[in-house]
Amino acid sequence: MADDRSREGTETAVAEFHKKIKEAFEVFDHESNNTVDVEEEEPTGYIRFEKFLPVMTEVLLERRYRPIPEDILLRAFEVLDPAKHGFLSKEELIKYMTEEGEPFSQEEMEEMLSAAIDPESNSVHYKDYITMMVIDEN
Amino acid sequence: MGSGVSTQHHFAFQNAEKAFKAAALIQRWYRRYMARLEMRRHCTWSIFQSIEYAGQQDQVKLHNFFSYLVDHFTPSSHNENPGTKPSGRDAGAAFGNELPESLRHLPHSLRDFLNRMFTEERSPQDSEMENCRDYESIEVPDSYTGPRLSFPLLPDHATALVEAFRVKQRLHARYVLNLLYEARKHLVQLPNINRVSTCYNEEITVCGDLHGQLDDLIFIFYKNGLPSPERAYVFNGDFVDRGKDSVEILMVLFAFMLVYPKEFHLNRGNHEDHMVNLRYGFTKEVMHKYKTHGKKILKLLQDVFCWFPLATLVDEKVLILHGGVSDMTDLEFLAKLDRHKIVSTMRCKTRKEHKKQAEKGKANQTSSAGRPSPWFLPESHSLPTSPLRPSSQKAHRAGRSSSVPCRVPLDPNELSHWVRHSVDLELERCRQQAGFPVIKEKEEPLPLASEADSEAEGRPEPTQEAWRQVVDILWSDPMAQAGCKANTVRGGGCYFGPNVTERLLQKYNLQFLIRSHECKPEGYEFCHGRKVLTIFSASNYYEVGSNRGAYVKLGPALTPHIVQFQANKATHTLTMRQRISRVGESALRALREKLFAHSSDLLVEFKKRDKDKTGLITLSDWAAAVESVLHLGLPWRMLRPQLVSSLTDNKLEYKSWLKNLAKEQFSHENIQSSLLEALYRNRSNLETIFRIIDSDHSGFISLDEFRQTWKLFSSHMNIDVTDDCICDLARSIDFNKDGHIDINEFLEAFRLVEQSCSKGYASDC
Repeated sequence: MADDRSREGTETAVAEFHKKIKEAFEVFDHESNNTVDVEEEEPTGYIRFEKFLPVMTEVLLERRYRPIPEDILLRAFEVLDPAKHGFLSKEELIKYMTEEGEPFSQEEMEEMLSAAIDPESNSVHYKDYITMMVIDEN
Repeated sequence: MGSGVSTQHHFAFQNAEKAFKAAALIQRWYRRYMARLEMRRHCTWSIFQSIEYAGQQDQVKLHNFFSYLVDHFTPSSHNENPGTKPSGRDAGAAFGNELPESLRHLPHSLRDFLNRMFTEERSPQDSEMENCRDYESIEVPDSYTGPRLSFPLLPDHATALVEAFRVKQRLHARYVLNLLYEARKHLVQLPNINRVSTCYNEEITVCGDLHGQLDDLIFIFYKNGLPSPERAYVFNGDFVDRGKDSVEILMVLFAFMLVYPKEFHLNRGNHEDHMVNLRYGFTKEVMHKYKTHGKKILKLLQDVFCWFPLATLVDEKVLILHGGVSDMTDLEFLAKLDRHKIVSTMRCKTRKEHKKQAEKGKANQTSSAGRPSPWFLPESHSLPTSPLRPSSQKAHRAGRSSSVPCRVPLDPNELSHWVRHSVDLELERCRQQAGFPVIKEKEEPLPLASEADSEAEGRPEPTQEAWRQVVDILWSDPMAQAGCKANTVRGGGCYFGPNVTERLLQKYNLQFLIRSHECKPEGYEFCHGRKVLTIFSASNYYEVGSNRGAYVKLGPALTPHIVQFQANKATHTLTMRQRISRVGESALRALREKLFAHSSDLLVEFKKRDKDKTGLITLSDWAAAVESVLHLGLPWRMLRPQLVSSLTDNKLEYKSWLKNLAKEQFSHENIQSSLLEALYRNRSNLETIFRIIDSDHSGFISLDEFRQTWKLFSSHMNIDVTDDCICDLARSIDFNKDGHIDINEFLEAFRLVEQSCSKGYASDC
C-alpha cells in the first residue's frame, strides 16, 4: 500500500518535472524545433529535447544540482582566506578563479569582479558579497 | 626523506587540494547563479515580445472593427440622411448581420474618419504646395531662444541643431515646417531604390530603428562621428513612434540629409505612416509639442512620409530595407512603382473596375464608395494562439496568404456585385484555412488597368500589386524554417525563410541583406547563414537595461563590422544582475496588468479546475489556466514565484489572488470591474480610436462621441456591457463635468499614463 502511494507520488513528481523541463527548454528553443543551440553565434552543437528530457528528469529526481547552502559557500571562501582577514584582494580572487578549479574565462572574471569588488578597498568582502547575491535572487 | 618532510608535503598537498576544491565550489555556484540569471533574462524578453506582439494583434482587431463599420454604415455622400437605413445594410443582411436600432448612428467624427480612410481623394499637388508655404506667414517671437534655421542649410547649422536638442531646446513650428518643406523637395527627386557606393577609404554606417530615442542618435554621432562627405550614413526607417523625441530625430535626420545629400540616406519604415502614428505615439507627441501648428505639421508629414525611398543598395551588392522580403519581391517592379501613392500601408483603396469606369464615366466616381481592401483577412479568427510560435499554427501551414484581392466597389445599388465579392472573400478564407495557396490569376489584370485608368481619373490609386510589394518590404520578418508564409502576428507582410533570401540574392546578384524592424537583445542578429543582418539602434527599447543598440559599418570590402552601445549612463554602473532585475520588474508589471484585464475569464478557468469548490488550485492547474486565457506562450511555471506570492499547502487561493491583482491596478472603485477589465483589455485600441475621433487633435472628445463609439466597439467585440454602465463610466471620467473627456485624463484615471511616463515621455508627468 505504501509502495503504491510512493510510486504514485513519484509518477506525479515525474509528470511535474517533465512539464517544468519542457517549459525551461522552450525558453531557449528559439525556432520551436525541439533543439537548443550550444553556442549563440556559430552553433557548434545542438541538444535535442528527446535526449534532454530523460537526463534532466533523473537529475531532478536525484536532487542533484541543489542550491549550494550559504554556509558551505562561506567556508569555501574562508579556505582561500586562511589568515581570516574577512576579505580577498582582487589579485587573490583573480588568481584562484582563473587558475584553480574549473578556471573562469576573462569575461566571467570581469563580470564577477564588477559586482564583488568594493571599489574603495579593491577587495572582496566575501561575506557581504554572498549575502547580496542571495538576497537578490529572492 | 624523513617523516617530517613527507608530512610537510602531505599537508601542502592537502592545502592545495582544499584550495582547488574551494575554488571549484565557488565557480560552480557562480555559474549556476549566472545560468539562472540568463534564464530570467530570456523569460523577461519573452514577456516583452509577447506583449508587443499581442499589441500588434490589437491593430488587426481595430482594422476589423473599421471594416465592420464600413460594412454596416455606408460612408456618407452629401445626399444621404444619417437617420435612414442605407442600402448597404441589405448587403449586410446577406450575411445575417443586423444592427440594433441603437447602434445605427455613427458619431460624426468617426463617420468623417471612415470617409477619409476609405474613400479619400488626394488633393492635387499644387494646392498642397501652396499650403506648405504657409510657414512663411508664421511669426517667430523675439523671445524665442531656440535654434533658428536658414536655407540653404550649412553643415554647422545641422551640428548646431543636434547640440540644441541635446540641451533640450525645442525647434519653433515655423522652422519645423520650413525644414519639412525643404526635405520634401529633396525626397521627391530620389528614386525608390537609392544607390550608393563605397569609394576607397569611405565607410558607410547603417543604423536601424530609432523610435524617437534621441539619446541613441546623439550617442551614435558621438561615438561614430557626425555625418560628413567621408562618413556616409543610412538610416533604415522607424525614426518615430514610441520614444519621446520623434520630432527632434526627424529634424536632425532631415537637416543632415539636406546638408549631405549624397552621403546621407533615409529609408522608409513601417512607422513612417500617419495611420500607425495614431496608435504608437508620434501624433500625440507632435500635438503635445506644437499645439497651434501641430495639425499643419502632421499634414505635411503625411506627405513627406510617402516620399521616403523604399530601399538603399550599396555597391549593387548589399540591399538595405526596413522589414524584409517575400517570395514575390520584385526589385525591378519596386524601382518603377509610384511610391508616393502608398500613403499608408494600413489602407489600400480599391482599383475601380476599368469597365465600370468606362461605362459610368467620371460623374459616378465620387458617389460610389470603394470597399476597403482588408489589410488582413477580415473575419479571420485564425490568429495564432501563441504569437511566438507561428510555425505551429494550422492556419498557415501551407501556402502564402496575401491580402485578399478586392476588385469590386461597394456600390450600394450593385447588390449582386457586392454579394459576389463577399462570396469570393468567403471562398478565399476557406481556401486559406485549408492551406491552399492563393490563386495568382486574380491579380494579373490589375496593373494593366491602372495605365488606362490614369487618364480617366487623373489621380490613380496604387495598384494592388504595388501596395503588396511595399507592405512586404516594410513589414516582413525572417524565420528559420524554409518557405514564405503570412505574417499573422503583424497582420501584414510575411515570414520569409532562408531559401527565399537565397533566391533573391542570387536573382539580383547580391551579397546580403540588411534590415531592421525587430528588436534584438544585442542590438543585432545574423540569420540565414549570415545572409540577413538585423540591425536595431534603439537601446533600452522595452525598458532601461532591456537591450543594447547597434549599428553596422561597411567598408569597401563590404564586410559588416558591428558596434554595440547602450545609451543610458545609469546602465553602465549597474551590474548585469541589477540590470536584469530592473527589466524583470517592469515586464512583470505589464504582465500583471494583462492578467488583471482578463480576471473574469481567469476566474472561469480556475473554477473549472476546482471541481470540489475548495477555493484552491494546484500550481500546475494555475499555469494551464493562465495560458489558456492569455495565449502568450510564456513559461508560467518559471514566472510563478514572481506572480504568486503566497501559497496554502502548495496550492493557490485563486479568488484572493485575483482580488490582489485588481487592487494593484485601479484607483476608482466605483466603476464596475468587468467594464474596467474590458477597458484595460482594449486600451490601446481605445486610445487609437480616441485620437481618431479627436480629428482636430484638440485633446478632447465629447461625452456623446465617447459613449457612441464605446457602444459600437463593445458590440463588435462582443463585450457585454449595459447602456447604464457606459453612461456611468462616461460621466465619471468627465472629471470637471463639462461634457468633454480629456484623453489624457481618461488614461490617467486608469493609471495608464504611468506607462508612458515611465518611458520618460510626456513633459507634464
